[in-house]
Amino acid sequence: MPDTHYLNATYGYGIRTWLLTTDHKRIALLYLCSVTVFFFIGGVLATMIRIHLLTPGGALVTPETYNKLFTMHGVAMIFFFLIPSIPAVLGNFLIPLMIGAKDLAFPKINLLSWYIYIIGGCFVLYSFGTGGLDTGWTFYTPLSSVYSNSAVTPAVVGIFINGFSSILTGLNFIVTIHTMRAPGMTWFRLPLFAWAHYATSLVMILGTPVIAITLLLAGLERMFHLGFFNPALGGDPILFQHLFWFYSHPAVYIMVLPAMGVVSEIIPTFARKPIFGYSFIAGSSIAIAVIGFLVWAHHMFVTGESTYAALTFSFLSYLVAIPSAVKVFNWTATLYKGSISWDPPMVYALGFIGLFVIGGLTGLFLACLGLDIHIHDTYFVVAHFHYIMVGGAVMGYVGGLHFWWPKITGRLYPDSLSRFAAVILFVGFNLTFFPQFILGYLGMPRRYHTYPPEFQVLNVLSTAGASILALGYLLPMVYLAWSMRYGKVAGPNPWPATGLEWKTDSPPPTENFHVTPEVTWEPYDYNSRPDLGLAAGKPLAPAHGDD
Amino acid sequence: MRECRVHRTGDLFGQFQTLEQQKETAALGMWIFLATEVLFFGGMFLTYTINRHFYFTAFGIGSNTLDIKLGGFNTVVLILSSLTMAMAVWSAQTGKKKLVTGFLIATLSLGTVFLGVKVIEYKQKFDHHLIPGHGFDMTYRSSHPTPADDPREIAAEKEEVEKAFASDLDTNAHAQLYFSLYFAMTGLHALHMIVGAGLLVWLIKESFRGRFSPQYNTPVEIVGFYWHFVDIVWIYLFPLLYLIDRHR
Amino acid sequence: MQSQLPLYPPEASNFAPHVDALMVFITSVCVFFTAGITIAIVYFFFKYHRKAPDAVGIPIHEDSRLEAAWMIVPLILAMAMFGWGAVVYVDYRHTPRDTLDIYVTGKQWMWKLQQPNGLKEINELHVPVGRNIRLILASEDVIHDFFVPAFRVKMDVVPGHYNTMWFRPTKAGRYHFFCSQYCGTNHALMGGWVTVMEPSDYAAWLSGSSGGSDQVVAGEKLFAEKACITCHVPNGTGRSPSLNGLYGAQVLLADGTTVTADEAYIRESILQPNAKIVAGYQPLMPTFQGQLTEEQILALTAYIKSLQSQPVPVKGSGIAPPTGKK
Repeated sequence: MPDTHYLNATYGYGIRTWLLTTDHKRIALLYLCSVTVFFFIGGVLATMIRIHLLTPGGALVTPETYNKLFTMHGVAMIFFFLIPSIPAVLGNFLIPLMIGAKDLAFPKINLLSWYIYIIGGCFVLYSFGTGGLDTGWTFYTPLSSVYSNSAVTPAVVGIFINGFSSILTGLNFIVTIHTMRAPGMTWFRLPLFAWAHYATSLVMILGTPVIAITLLLAGLERMFHLGFFNPALGGDPILFQHLFWFYSHPAVYIMVLPAMGVVSEIIPTFARKPIFGYSFIAGSSIAIAVIGFLVWAHHMFVTGESTYAALTFSFLSYLVAIPSAVKVFNWTATLYKGSISWDPPMVYALGFIGLFVIGGLTGLFLACLGLDIHIHDTYFVVAHFHYIMVGGAVMGYVGGLHFWWPKITGRLYPDSLSRFAAVILFVGFNLTFFPQFILGYLGMPRRYHTYPPEFQVLNVLSTAGASILALGYLLPMVYLAWSMRYGKVAGPNPWPATGLEWKTDSPPPTENFHVTPEVTWEPYDYNSRPDLGLAAGKPLAPAHGDD
Repeated sequence: MRECRVHRTGDLFGQFQTLEQQKETAALGMWIFLATEVLFFGGMFLTYTINRHFYFTAFGIGSNTLDIKLGGFNTVVLILSSLTMAMAVWSAQTGKKKLVTGFLIATLSLGTVFLGVKVIEYKQKFDHHLIPGHGFDMTYRSSHPTPADDPREIAAEKEEVEKAFASDLDTNAHAQLYFSLYFAMTGLHALHMIVGAGLLVWLIKESFRGRFSPQYNTPVEIVGFYWHFVDIVWIYLFPLLYLIDRHR
Repeated sequence: MQSQLPLYPPEASNFAPHVDALMVFITSVCVFFTAGITIAIVYFFFKYHRKAPDAVGIPIHEDSRLEAAWMIVPLILAMAMFGWGAVVYVDYRHTPRDTLDIYVTGKQWMWKLQQPNGLKEINELHVPVGRNIRLILASEDVIHDFFVPAFRVKMDVVPGHYNTMWFRPTKAGRYHFFCSQYCGTNHALMGGWVTVMEPSDYAAWLSGSSGGSDQVVAGEKLFAEKACITCHVPNGTGRSPSLNGLYGAQVLLADGTTVTADEAYIRESILQPNAKIVAGYQPLMPTFQGQLTEEQILALTAYIKSLQSQPVPVKGSGIAPPTGKK
């Protein structure tokens, strides 16, 4: 390990040096800790939900409490874990390193984002602690603005505030990628992780203000008895849904695009070859971000919206499926004639593809107008978005943590244990959520604290799977923490990978690079990188693969 | 290859290599921020548009209670302040250090005048029971005229309000919707003005120290972007809120 | 007979076979792609497993034909899904004319359902096999959603809006219905049973459990009580247009456009009379917003609909003259 690095140099270890840091790497770690707290809260709530649903009558809590459990689970997971997870932790840490910059464009604003996140988080935790929240994470009016008796106002204020954290992070990324690239780092030499974050940031800066203003209006409506969305006072509850989903559908892409970026880094590294169709993967990220803004009303096919609107939004929703499919095909094709290892990050990445394929394809069912009439607002939807957001985004996040852990901490974690954890995660996840597709098609609506007895078998299966899934999440928390102290020293480039971030120490120095790097190679190009110490440039011997 | 540092040297912040890069970055950052602001206000404009479409009459009589003279005066004040802000940027770029300070102070003063007039307008609405909430009453002003009011104007308003009530018993609720949007939109705009005024105070302080020069004037320039944006928002708000159904 | 672990609910309406067929189609396509990708990944994984620690793969960068192929083929399949789904949806959103109308009101946390003869039920719905049933949905508080899995239909029940949904039951039996839009504490209890009966049983059930007041009669009474009748004189001599034959017809408006007089139009005209002014009439009518309960509006609507078969006066009706014939 290097003697001085960002964790000990310049400032030392004191708590003040952390709370006042403007170093993007340290801020990333602040985020890592805080999103983990929210993941843990959301996870505990999820566990209680699954235990409650073991019996048709509800095994654990009262209806009021159950409604609070799933609402708080959704709010904690979506706004305070999934949306910041990959961008604010891995993106923050890696984007300057990947493009050869000393820091993000606006380091102070970066720290400000974290504080805004924490303030927003405190408001939401205050709401959880004082009466809870029972509106569903969607805050549909007039339930949230008039009828609910729970602590809606502080939660709405918290999410409103938190939105600016997201906006400022996105702004920082876009500006950084535009203006802070090292010499030779052209747009088409950018790592796909950076492309994915560029696309994500577009969604963050253009979508988040809309949810902010929407929740502000709903909050004002609740506090001062105004009528923007309350039909009794002349407002329109459907307008709220339009505004809400204008952000909240693209928000799904905030969660999954960065995970796609992570996978696009892992696959070529462990297949030791350039990614297949670089420009198509990069372009598909942008396409998803753009088309993703035009599909929001597919959440509203049964609200009575006009048939023409429904046809348009269904059509556009099918279009957004194509760029996702392009990514999956390209990842698969990258494996062809590779030199594939099964290091832990690769196992996570392949797990991601498996779960994302199911999650993505089940989106086709929901985009289908005729079918959506039946499966809308059932467990089918619940299963679908968990496959995307937990199977996809969280698998990508955990995979990314494993991939860059040696860079972040300078140490490696136990190999077989982490591989085992990845498999547990994959199996547990499928056991938990696959039965929910069937439950949904059978007609079990979402957000039910009690259900007809014929649905019990599948619910029990799902809960059993959830206990395996929980183990899959706990294991990495334990051994990653363990490795920070006891893990094997990794060296600058353990895998080895081709990105700029691997050209500096692990952990990197405060200024990221001792000398400003200059990029002279194409992305993921193992054959022009003798510095990696591989059998580069030499054709594979016949015994090593087919001709 | 240059050596890497993360400390500030003069006007150059550590993460940048050159002043041009720093300037380009700051400007791009502000443009992107303004893009998010457009969408932020956009949600409100959409809510406004849809409700105005539903309740045109109620929105019209709500709009007619606004004081067009004060609103018009404020519009002129803001446009003037944009001019002085632009002059401040120009002075900074051409190195006229005293002028920078002068124009910044002028901009700040005009901004303060705008906010002051806004306070007078809000106070009027409060006196006329036009604050959304339980005391909201569209008929209050015409049924409780003060000696200062023009009797013809009161009579015209009374007639208009009565006509609206005859066709829509919920005129009060729908006019309240108008005033909810009026206060939300102008309130949010005023909040932006206050933030802008804070930034101007900071700029004035810096410019007294003679910090801005043809080489380094990025803060003046990007605060200028912001100020112009806030003005433009008002240019939309004024007709949308004051001029819905003016014919008296 | 259903097995112990069914994969789909009973098929009991005209939509169920279509929705299930769509499901089978999309599932097949998806299983095909999932299997293909899984097989490819597993095969490549073992076939190209790293043979030496320093081995690298063979660089292959891009193949535009391949990229084009895997964009176009999924696009075609997606368009097939879109098209088929759209056909089913348009059918669902386009209600046939000869329906048996049932008024449904949702409130936290119960359903009130009313048969055409005024018979009221709570959380129970009886319908005959083979008739087109239309539900007219209103909410008294928050958004609800009426969902019958066995019929494969649902529709949100939105306060301030009228939504309608329709289906034709094809199999007698008892089926669950649910509220599927989260509506607060007892959302999960806001459900009940649809009983689909043979037409003769249904007729017997209707006559056997009479006692509810007739919807149309209630509406007629309200029409007089609220003094609607003083202006809307049936023979067209009043200050407002006659409502005879109005329902379902095209109404010519003051701004020259026409509008179909459906439930939504009638509701709007009661609550916001000035939103759409009939050509040749003054905006005189007061609003009834806040003056009528949802159930009263439903009753008035039912009464106005019952006037459909009444003779339309030559003058004094808002109905647009037939167009298209020169």
